[in-house]
Amino acid sequence: MDFTSFEAAHFLVILPEIILVGIAALVMTMDVVQKGESRRMMGYVTALGFLAALLIGIAVAAPSGDPKLLFGGTIRSDMLGFVFRAMFLVAGAVTAVLTSDVKGLGKRGDFFAVLIATVIGMNFMAIATDLIMLYLAMETTSISAYALTGFLLNNDRSAESGLKYFLFGAVTSTVMLFGFSLLYGLTGHTNLYGIAEALSAGNVSFVMLIGIAIMILVGIGFKLSAFPFHFWTPDVYEGAPTPITAFISTASKTAGFIVLLRVFIVALSTSSGVAGWLPLIMAIAAVTTTLGNLVALAQTNIKRLLAYSSIAHAGYTLMAFVAFQQAPEESVSAVTFYLMTYILTNLLAFAVVILFAKVAGSDEIADYAGMSRRSPNLALVMLIAFLSLAGIPPLAGFLGKFFIFKVVMDAGLVWLAIVGALNALVALYYYLVVMKVVYVDPAPEGAPRIPIATPYRIVLAVLTVGVIVLGTAATPFYNWAIAGASSFF
Amino acid sequence: MDFPILSVITFFPGIVGALLFFFPEDNKEQIRWTALLASLVTLVLSVMVYFTYDVDLGGYQMVDRFAWIPAVGINYIVAVDGMSLPMVLLTGIVLTTGVLISWGIDDRPREFFALLFLLAMGVWGVFVAQDMFTLFFFYEVAVFPMYLMIAMWGWKKTREYAAMKLTLFLVVGSLFALIGALAMYAESGLGTFDMFIIQEQAVFSERFQIIWFPFVFVGFIVLAGMFPFHNWSPVGHVAAPTAVSMFHAGVLMKLGAYAALRVGVVLLPEGAKFWMPYIVIAAFINVVYGSLIAMTRKDLKYMIGYSSVSHMGLVVLGLATLNELGLTGAGLQMFSHGAMTALFFSCIGMVYDRAHTRMIPELGGVMKKLPMVGVAFIIGGLVSMGMPLFSGFVAELPIFMGAWRAGVQGPDFIANYYAWIAIISALAIVITAAYIIRAVGSVFFGEIPEKIEADLTPIRWQDRTAIVILVVSLLALGFYPAWMDTVIKTGVDSVMAVLGA
Repeated sequence: MDFTSFEAAHFLVILPEIILVGIAALVMTMDVVQKGESRRMMGYVTALGFLAALLIGIAVAAPSGDPKLLFGGTIRSDMLGFVFRAMFLVAGAVTAVLTSDVKGLGKRGDFFAVLIATVIGMNFMAIATDLIMLYLAMETTSISAYALTGFLLNNDRSAESGLKYFLFGAVTSTVMLFGFSLLYGLTGHTNLYGIAEALSAGNVSFVMLIGIAIMILVGIGFKLSAFPFHFWTPDVYEGAPTPITAFISTASKTAGFIVLLRVFIVALSTSSGVAGWLPLIMAIAAVTTTLGNLVALAQTNIKRLLAYSSIAHAGYTLMAFVAFQQAPEESVSAVTFYLMTYILTNLLAFAVVILFAKVAGSDEIADYAGMSRRSPNLALVMLIAFLSLAGIPPLAGFLGKFFIFKVVMDAGLVWLAIVGALNALVALYYYLVVMKVVYVDPAPEGAPRIPIATPYRIVLAVLTVGVIVLGTAATPFYNWAIAGASSFF
Repeated sequence: MDFPILSVITFFPGIVGALLFFFPEDNKEQIRWTALLASLVTLVLSVMVYFTYDVDLGGYQMVDRFAWIPAVGINYIVAVDGMSLPMVLLTGIVLTTGVLISWGIDDRPREFFALLFLLAMGVWGVFVAQDMFTLFFFYEVAVFPMYLMIAMWGWKKTREYAAMKLTLFLVVGSLFALIGALAMYAESGLGTFDMFIIQEQAVFSERFQIIWFPFVFVGFIVLAGMFPFHNWSPVGHVAAPTAVSMFHAGVLMKLGAYAALRVGVVLLPEGAKFWMPYIVIAAFINVVYGSLIAMTRKDLKYMIGYSSVSHMGLVVLGLATLNELGLTGAGLQMFSHGAMTALFFSCIGMVYDRAHTRMIPELGGVMKKLPMVGVAFIIGGLVSMGMPLFSGFVAELPIFMGAWRAGVQGPDFIANYYAWIAIISALAIVITAAYIIRAVGSVFFGEIPEKIEADLTPIRWQDRTAIVILVVSLLALGFYPAWMDTVIKTGVDSVMAVLGA
C-alpha cells in the first residue's frame, strides 16, 4: 500500500479534535477557578466548544477531493468519517447542555472533560483505518464512557451500571482484540486496506476468516447493543445518569456503526468472507430488532423502554447495512441517514425524560400520567420524539425508516422488509401506549407544572426543529449521507 | 407559474394545525373561531379546485411539482383527476362541518382542532399526490392523529382499545403497501417514485404484478374496511368523537379505496385483473354481512358503523368490477357515502350529546324536540337506502350494473355468478331499508321517554349550518348528478385506458 507522506497540513484534518483537547483543558481549569453558580458555565462552555469544533471542522477539516490516507495510513480523511464526526459533536453538545442542570454532574468540570474525551475517542473511531488506531480510539471511548456511567459515585445504581458496563465492555473488547491480532498475524498488516489486499489473495482459510469476523463482531456488537451482546443495555441505561444514557444510546451506538462499516466492508468483504458473515449479520439484524421491540412491550420504566427501543433501532440500522452487497452506496447512505435521524430523535426523547424526572423524581411510565395537562408543550415535544421513533411522518424517523426499507427492497431482501414492517408495528404500539399515558390518563391531584429552563428550551427547540427538518426538508442531509457513502467506496 | 392551489389546499391545514398549538390554551372561543375560519377557507379552496377543473380536457390537471429528494427520485407531485376531484371537495365539506359539530368540545379544544387540521392535511395530500412517496407520506400523516383524537376525546368505555386497534390495522396495512410500492420502484429500474412515469414507462411482468398487487391493494384497502380487514372500523367509529367519526367514515375510508385504485389498480393492472374475482367476493361479503350485522345493532353508532362497512363494500365492489359502470358508481358512492355518513354521525352526535344514550330502545320522539336532526337523519336514511332522486341511487345503480357485467370481461371461476352477486347485493339494500326505517321509527317518532325529555335541548346554529351543508351536497348530487358524474367519467376513462378495455 502506498501511503501519502507526512505533511504538517495533515494536522488540519484533526483540528476539531485538537480543539477539543484544548476545551477539555479549559473546562478543567474552570473547575478549579469558578465558584458557586457560575460553575454552571462549564456545561455551556463544553457545548459551545463542541459547536466551535464542528464549525471550524466544516471550514477547515471537511475533506475535499479524493479521500486520503494520512498519518501513515492510520486515519482516512473522507466525507463519511466527517459526517460521523459531525454527529458526535452535535450529540456531545446536546449532552453537555442537558447535563448542565443535573444535580451532582452539572457543576463538575471533570465530568465535562471526560465527556470531551469520549467524543474525541469517537471522532477517531470514525476515521481510523488501522487496527491499532481503531483499538486505541475504541478504548478511549469505552473507558471514558464507563467513567461517565458510574460518575454518580454516591448513587448505587450509577456505580453498579458503571461496573456492569465496564465488565461487559472489557470482555468483549478483549475478544475483539484477539480477532485483531489474528488478522495481523495472518495478513501482516494492521491497515484495513492492506488487510483487504492480503485477504483477497485468498491465503486465509474460510473458517479462520469467519472466526475472526465473529470475534470482531463481538466487540462491535457490544457497542451497537446488538443481539446477543445487548444484555448490558437496559441495566446500564437505567442506572446511568440520564444525559449519559442519552449520549451512550446515540453517539456510542453510532460510533459502533462506523467501525462496523470500516472493518467489515473495507477489510473483511472478500467474496468468500461475505458469504460467511453476511447471513450471520442478517440474522442478527432480524433478531435484534424483533427482540428489542418485543421486550420493550413489557417495560414499565421509560429508560428501560428506550433502552430496548434503542436495541431495536440498532437492528433496523443493521438491516440497511446487510444490503451493502447489492446496493453499496445506498446501503451506507441509508445507515448514515438513519443514524442522523436517530441521534436527534433519541436525544429529544431523553431530554424530555430528564426534564420530567427533575420535577417528578421518577422514570416510571405510570408517573407520566396526565403530563399533557401539566405541561402541554413538553408533552407535545415528547409526542414528536416518540412518533419520530415510531417512524411517523412528517418526522425524521419516517424518512430514516423509508430509506432502510427502500435499500432492503432494492437488495431484494423481501423477508427482511416484512420483518421490519411487523416490527415497526410492534414499536408503534408501545410508543403509543406511552403517549396514551401522557395524553389520556388523568394527572395526579395537584401535580406541579414542569418548568423548563432557558438552555433546555433552546435544546428542545433545536432538536424538535431538527427532527421535523430531517423528516421534510431532508435533502441536504441526505445528500450529505450520499456524499459520505460515495467517498467511502 | 399558476397559483399552486393544490399545494395550498394541502399545506394550509397543516400550517393552521401547527399554529394552533401556539395559541393560548384557555382562550377556547378564539381557537374555535380560528378553526372555523380556516376550515371555511379550505372549503372555498376545494370548491374552487372543483370548478376550475376542465372537464372537457380531462386527465390530470393543476399539476404542481418539485424535486424533493432528487438523489433517489422522490418528487413532490400533486395533481387532480376525475377520481380524486370529488374527494377533494368532500374533504372540504367534512372538515368544515366537522369543525362546526365540534364546537362543544370543551376539553383541550386547542389540541383537538390542531390534530383535526393535521389529519385534514394528510387526507388532502393523499387525494392529490401523484408520487408514491408523497402519497405514503400523507397517508401516514392522516393515520396517527386519529389515535390521539379517539383516545383523548372518544367514548370512555372503548376508546383506548378502539384507537389502538384502528391505528395498528391501518399502519400495518400501509407498511405492506409501502413494501409493494418499493418493490415496484426496484423492479421498474426507473429510479423514481413518480406515478406518471411509472404508469407510462414501467414494464412489469404479469408474474410480478400478480405477486405484488395484493400487497398494495390489500394494504390500502384495509382503510376502506374490506372484509376480512373491516374489524377495526365499526369499533373505531363508535369510540371516536363525532367529528372524528365523520372524518373517519366520511373521508378516511375513501382514502383507502382511492389509494388502492391509484397505486394498485392503475400501476398494476394485470395484477388487478387476476385478483379481481377474489376482491369481488370479499366486497360482496362486506355488503351483505355489513348490513346483516347493522340490522342486529341496538347502538345507533354501531349500526351506522356496520352500515359503513356495507356501503364501503359497494365501493370496493365497484372498483373490483374494473369496468366503466362499476368504477363510475364507486366514484359517486365515495362522495355520496362520505357526505351521508358524516350527516348520520353528526345527527347521532347531537342526539347523544343531549340524551347521553345511543341505544335505539332508550330513545324516542326526538323529532318533536329536534325536528331538524330528525329530517336530516331521514334524508340520510333515504340516501342510504338508495332511493331514486337521492345520491345513493345515483351511485349504487351503476355499481350493481357494473357488477352484473363484470363477468363479460373474460372467463374466471365465478364468471357465471356475477349476475347473482349483483342481485343479492341489491337485495342487501332491503336490509338497509329495514334497519334504517326501524331506527327512524323508534328514535325520532313515538313517545319521548321521560328520562331524556328534559335533556333534549335545541341544537346550536353551528349544528344547523353543518346539517344544511351536508344535506345540500347530498341533494345536489341526487337531483342533478351530472355535475359530478361527468367529472368522474373523465377519471374513469383514464383508468379504463390503463386496463386496456
